[in-house]
Amino acid sequence: MTTTISPPAKADNGVNVSALLSARSSLEEAPQAAQFKWRASCVWLKGTHSRSVIGNFFGLGAEQSRNKTFSVEADHPQVFAAEDNAPTPVELVLSGLASCLMAGVAAVAQRRGIQLHSVKASLEADMDIQGILGMDDEVRNGFGAIRVHFDIRADASEDEIKALVAQSQKRSAVFDIITNPTSVFVTVN
Amino acid sequence: MKTATTVIVGAGQSGLAMSRHLTDRSIDHVVLERGEVANSWLTERWDSLRLLTPNWQSRLPGYAYEGDNPDGFMSMPEVVRFLRRYAEVSHAPVETGTLVTRVRRLDAGYEVATNQGAWWCRTLVIASGACNIAATPALSADLPHEATSLTPTQYRNPDRLPEGGVMIVGASASGIQLAREIRASGRRVVLSVGEHVRMPRTYRGRDIQWWMDAIGAMDVRYDTIEDIERARHLPSPQLVGTAERVTIDLNSLQKCGVECVGRLVGLDDGKAHFSGSLANFCALADLKMNRLLASIDEWVRSKGFDDRFPAPQRYAPTAVDPQTKLSLDLRDGISTVIWATGYRADYSWLDVPVLDRKGRIRHDGGVAPAPGMYVMGLPFLRRRKSSFIDGAADDAADLAAHLSLRLTRAAA
Repeated sequence: MTTTISPPAKADNGVNVSALLSARSSLEEAPQAAQFKWRASCVWLKGTHSRSVIGNFFGLGAEQSRNKTFSVEADHPQVFAAEDNAPTPVELVLSGLASCLMAGVAAVAQRRGIQLHSVKASLEADMDIQGILGMDDEVRNGFGAIRVHFDIRADASEDEIKALVAQSQKRSAVFDIITNPTSVFVTVN
Repeated sequence: MKTATTVIVGAGQSGLAMSRHLTDRSIDHVVLERGEVANSWLTERWDSLRLLTPNWQSRLPGYAYEGDNPDGFMSMPEVVRFLRRYAEVSHAPVETGTLVTRVRRLDAGYEVATNQGAWWCRTLVIASGACNIAATPALSADLPHEATSLTPTQYRNPDRLPEGGVMIVGASASGIQLAREIRASGRRVVLSVGEHVRMPRTYRGRDIQWWMDAIGAMDVRYDTIEDIERARHLPSPQLVGTAERVTIDLNSLQKCGVECVGRLVGLDDGKAHFSGSLANFCALADLKMNRLLASIDEWVRSKGFDDRFPAPQRYAPTAVDPQTKLSLDLRDGISTVIWATGYRADYSWLDVPVLDRKGRIRHDGGVAPAPGMYVMGLPFLRRRKSSFIDGAADDAADLAAHLSLRLTRAAA
């Protein structure tokens, strides 16, 4: 069955929804092409300061090379006796969540023919640092809770805007990574 | 080998409705039923279960509910009596105690092997139901051995459960009904909630099914829906049929002391882990419910019926405790886990290549991609009501017409 549904032409959030939809229908035919591998490498600079480099990834059955690499640094602030050269890794996690939800809001809005004017997300996460300092085994290292607040101006009703944000969470990779467990395997040399 | 123009597999509402239409068209056929008429309704449901649709909505070709309680909900013995009576008045050619063991292509038709000998037919109607097997997630294998694991097809009533608390996985109609009655029996109940469909039992003085019927939502056709795959796999709405017409939602369950947690995402060493996505699934369900209520209000307004019904209302958003547990040690008093995680059809007997990679039958509005093969009674098969008793009539009429045309063309 083939169905072509084009969103109303008036909304333009800069998301190519028809390309995403046609990718989805191609993948229905060849689900193995949906298997992706994302990568990052990271080198120690000094103290708690490090730099990650992000380049190629694997997907659609082949290596996908970019014509550039991206660099992301992380450090810790002075209250941790560090040099504060860059955000902390946990702040980068918040940034990753925000950007993932943001991309979802734009894509879902485009799909639903909703013109966005401005979207701003503010995030805050609780952490009891007794965990990472090894002071109390019953305190976890990571976040206790994350709160995200969206402020969205768009040509849509309040409930339609709430539905954009809800659908974005439902389809977000980072939201899933944060809310659900993932096995992590670490090897050395 | 016995022969019939059409073999119908299953004598539930779908198979009997199709049989009635074939009789009307003088197409000779047989209905093969593994047990007795309405077998699943009789043997695979819990004691307190009643239909989710009111009695007046039990309408089949040439037959309808005629009792004195049109707004009530049938218990399972009542459903069974209702369907058996239908089989009698329709003179449906049902062969009971006949288990289909294999169906394969043979000549220009199908060979249907059963424990009572084989049949050959030119056309085959699969009406064996959408809920043959309780689907359990793969992680159910990680449940500690000391916990009792049940599906809703095995559960009967709270008295039959082992001592102790119960974790129910899934918050669709089955999950919330079980949570309510098991909690009422005085046990601790933890309810693991993923995607769900929230609906009030009554709205503006009418049953929600009455509204869905009135506004035409139940008649929406499969070929007008943008994402039919998604529509076909929605969880069943959080409804229960009771004499008091009560609404059950997560708010009312929490008020009774049911502990809501997120979707179950892991079991290790006796510990259950839950997703942190509960708040969003509740927000999605609240928004979806409000869209349904808004479409009802819009229908009332557009018809000029505002003075015929009580005023519109909206319900409290689902409360989500910020301290919702992310894990639970089952050894702390949880002795039973019930997997209310949906059902699937059993096609293990179907030896014709019509299944997709997930083992579901491929079809276009009930017409399977094999000559003369049809399927009925699946969610949103042809219409939103296709898997309801009330949906069997229209689907049977359409598919009987298709089947009949096929026979005529083949004969020409």
